[in-house]
Amino acid sequence: MSAMLNASGIIKNFPGVQALRNVSIEVRPNEVVGLIGENGAGKSTLMRVLAGSYRPDGGSLTLDGEQLRMRSPRDAARHGIGMVFQEQSLVLNLTVAENIYLGEEDRFTRFGLVNWRAMNAAARRQLAKIGIDIDVTARTSELTFAARQMVELAKALTLEEVVERQLLILLDEPTSVLNAADIEVLFARVRSLKSRASFVFVSHRLDEVLAISDRVYTMKDGAVVAKHRAAEVTAPELHEIMVGRGLQAEYYREARQLAPRDTVMVEAKGLGANGAYHGVDLNIRAGEIVGIAGVVGSGREEVTRTIGGFLQHDAGEMKIAGDMVRFASPEPAVRKGIGYVPRERRLEGLVMFLSIAENISLADLSSVMRHGAIDYGKERRLAADWIKRLRIKAPGPDAACRKLSGGNQQKVVLARWMTAGSRILVLDHPTRGLDVGAKEEVYELVRDLSAQGVAILLISDTLEETIGLSHQVLVMRDGEITARFDASPGKKPNQVDLLRAMV
Amino acid sequence: MTLIPGRIAAVFGGRRWRSLAPLAVLIVLCVLIAIANPNFIELRNLVRLANSAAVPLTLAMGLTFIILMGSIDLSVEGTLSVSAMVVVLLAANDANGNDYGWWAVVAAVVAGTAMGFVSGLIQTMLRIPSFMATLGMWFIGLGLSVYMLSGSAIRLNDASIRDLALHRFLGLPVAVWVAFGAFLLAAIIQYHTKLGRHILAIGGDEDVAKLSGVNVTRVRITAFALAGFFFGVSGVLAAAQLGQSHAVIGDGRLFAAVTAVVVGGTALTGGEGGVVNTLIGVLIVTVLANGMILLGISPYIQQTVQGLMIIAAVALSLDRVRLRIVK
Repeated sequence: MSAMLNASGIIKNFPGVQALRNVSIEVRPNEVVGLIGENGAGKSTLMRVLAGSYRPDGGSLTLDGEQLRMRSPRDAARHGIGMVFQEQSLVLNLTVAENIYLGEEDRFTRFGLVNWRAMNAAARRQLAKIGIDIDVTARTSELTFAARQMVELAKALTLEEVVERQLLILLDEPTSVLNAADIEVLFARVRSLKSRASFVFVSHRLDEVLAISDRVYTMKDGAVVAKHRAAEVTAPELHEIMVGRGLQAEYYREARQLAPRDTVMVEAKGLGANGAYHGVDLNIRAGEIVGIAGVVGSGREEVTRTIGGFLQHDAGEMKIAGDMVRFASPEPAVRKGIGYVPRERRLEGLVMFLSIAENISLADLSSVMRHGAIDYGKERRLAADWIKRLRIKAPGPDAACRKLSGGNQQKVVLARWMTAGSRILVLDHPTRGLDVGAKEEVYELVRDLSAQGVAILLISDTLEETIGLSHQVLVMRDGEITARFDASPGKKPNQVDLLRAMV
Repeated sequence: MTLIPGRIAAVFGGRRWRSLAPLAVLIVLCVLIAIANPNFIELRNLVRLANSAAVPLTLAMGLTFIILMGSIDLSVEGTLSVSAMVVVLLAANDANGNDYGWWAVVAAVVAGTAMGFVSGLIQTMLRIPSFMATLGMWFIGLGLSVYMLSGSAIRLNDASIRDLALHRFLGLPVAVWVAFGAFLLAAIIQYHTKLGRHILAIGGDEDVAKLSGVNVTRVRITAFALAGFFFGVSGVLAAAQLGQSHAVIGDGRLFAAVTAVVVGGTALTGGEGGVVNTLIGVLIVTVLANGMILLGISPYIQQTVQGLMIIAAVALSLDRVRLRIVK
């Protein structure tokens, strides 16, 4: 069968990262193509290129043999390409119908007035076609996530009312916010719609991808590393390809994993917080790295946020270096020597407009104060010292943090906590969005910190990273710890065991 | 087509008490003032009330669209004084020989619209926040009109324009009917046109609106021009009511308009509320001012009360817990 959409040799660069290197995929008519890969493998970037929101730096796109040049999502829509976004893209203060036809009101407008009744009727028909029963006059904010996802799908499918050719619908991790029953509903819709459209389906849940796709592309580090017919491959095989790396132990610097010291830095007993998690027992010793594995909603994010001071626990007790604590905000946590390295560096990690020097001294200005005033020379020397020690690639201490690459920004965050004398670090997806080289540097740094006796709590995008870095891995599911694994060098648990406890 | 009364019912019949609160405040306020001073509900006072609501209502209609979008328009007083200056100088007046009659009114409204259009261009093309763009336009407009009036008060002698304030139709001054017409126009735009919906979408989530194919730049410019149109009409009404234009014709109008919009329940963050809310807001502000005069409260205390009211309104209407950062 000939391809409907053909992407060949797509290249996309971001400052400091090559997100797509020479990626080629094709989508045939009436087909569901699965796209898998770890976070940062380039799946979302590729989807955005296909959807017209990113313009590729190289390569070509053809649709039914015609060259495609798309400058905006609107252009893509004109060619029958619609996208259902990972972070939902509905305007919450509008009704369902208004969202479905947002930007398309002209079709219901006469003499300058919009005929809402006709729009509502059309929206109702559209939802009926995919077999969904939702009140089209309801405010979108009142719908469940699952219902919103269906509305997004319906919105993407309205393209068929205006575009002659078969549609291509891009589904970017549509299942990440859905429960099992809702996922079944979504899949049933996708299957029944295959006669009218092709789909590209992105997910990090391999079994899902295999269940819904005809063919599967596997991406890694910005490139397609394999393609399979879904019937001819199993989830473990795909997993192997997706994460498989020669010399894993070396990658995670396992040789540098030292036995933790005796001092217990974090001790939690029966910890719980308003339904997010409960009965969590946790010990982290100086120099120890404890990883928590679990799916979205398992409660592991909330546990880390509790220790960072962003979420107050309401059951059990927590001791930091022997002192009973209950943090109402991050500030007392910082004073207790806890440093939080967030996944959203841009939102939570760094003040992007400030310089490296200013960011490093932010958590402990007293370290650069003299006679009650900030000593700029001292601040710059401190930053210059960190730039050298952590091999931060930057023009100098005065460089603005927003100009650094992700990996170097992450190093600045770590330097700040080291300056503030943090003895405990919470690493919340520390390598998200970093390329391979930058990841290795972060791993190196994490080993350094651990060797210096810093206690580390880690949650990460991949099991492999969690296992590779940690001394001890806890698995959480539905707010509880379901398994504990020793992860000393040479005795690392395997991913299948972890997965069993996760789902 | 859901008609405006249906929309009003939707706004005030909503599940959330917050949307009902402004109406409740208005009713309670009226009852309390009427008890304290029965003169409040005399026909003569009610007409006076409607008359003093005319200009704020027309202004606030324009401002509502801007605030719904999540922006702000500070040029209210500047645009209003430009419009008032244009109408006075082009119609029969005591400073020059012009006598263009109703063409002066048209010119004044066009001038107001043009001011708004420029604000929109500055905001979108130069990418300057609306706060700064319209702050600048405020002073440009104010300076321009005071210069053209040579710093003095110039009388409006055109009888037919003066009739906007002096002539009565069904017992109410024509200006009140004009303001009511402005309200209807604004309601139709908000509830029945694409522009109204796109303004709401931008206020709700500009990125998503853009992804959905809304031409955000065009909507923004149109919204500011629309606001300028309403400010222009207000300028004509203000000149007709005062029978003249002068340097301070706009004084205090910005505060009154913003208070009305906010007290009515339109969120400063955009996306929530609308012109029906603003109608209630204008009535609250006007009734309160009228009531305080009837009760003989000192004008300075009146001002203080208005300041308290605007803070209280924001405190009650805004879901502040949801705001990550308050700037």
